[in-house]
Amino acid sequence: MELVLFYIAGAVALFATVFALTRTNAAHALIYLIVSLLAVAVIFFLLGAPFAAALEIVIYAGAIMVLFVFVIMMLNLGEEGEQRERQRLNPAVWIVPALLSAILLAEMIFIINSSTTPTTGALITAKQVGLELFGPYVLAVEIASMLLLAGLVGAYHVGRRFRLKEQDPTDVTPTGGNS
Amino acid sequence: MQGLAIPLNHVLILAALLFATGLIGLMIRRNVIFILMALEVMLNAAALAFVAAGTAWQQADGQVIFMLILAVAAAEVSVGLGLVLQIQRRFKTLDMDQAQRLRD
Repeated sequence: MELVLFYIAGAVALFATVFALTRTNAAHALIYLIVSLLAVAVIFFLLGAPFAAALEIVIYAGAIMVLFVFVIMMLNLGEEGEQRERQRLNPAVWIVPALLSAILLAEMIFIINSSTTPTTGALITAKQVGLELFGPYVLAVEIASMLLLAGLVGAYHVGRRFRLKEQDPTDVTPTGGNS
Repeated sequence: MQGLAIPLNHVLILAALLFATGLIGLMIRRNVIFILMALEVMLNAAALAFVAAGTAWQQADGQVIFMLILAVAAAEVSVGLGLVLQIQRRFKTLDMDQAQRLRD
């Protein structure tokens, strides 16, 4: 049974990914990408990794995609953004992602209603993952924390506004810390 | 592969297909936002392979690596989107062919 669910979720993931990378509108692509991540989360659950499935939804489909949404919102400004918003309410735009996520929702309802949870036999719980993470892998956790700090500082530095020099508009210099 | 009802090679094939989709998307798209999305897809496919292998051998290591991949993806996408804003400000376009020289 979990085999059928796996194939359906895998097909949804693949189709959504192909659609996501062939859209011309970045916001539409983002919807498909979120569906693809949800499908991969279902696959994680079926593989007996519920903690990874939850993290996939919370961090990938939640936090990282929100970053994309904010950047896309910052990039398309003005009246064309409003026109694009009107176009987004057009059913042709959202009907396919809605259908794909409805398939995933049906799978989830089926999983909840079935008496035995159709994961694989080997269920790896969050407790095992935590023991492993802060046991043998504690050095990797420290390195990941330093990587995240570097990402934070780097994003702050790179995303800062640069002031253009008056005499040469192509020459760009950073303005120091006070901008 | 004891205890894995889903055949491991099918999961790995799916991960490879997702990775190939992301790689093709990375190569054919020139919009920097789509390039970042393709990178996310590729990282996600790698994470899928790790989790599947971890389950196949009933070890938690696969999910530990998955969390490290999450951290890498978060750091990468924050810096990448900062670069996107900077490219848009400087070149007034998101086409990477216009922004090949890194400075001008």
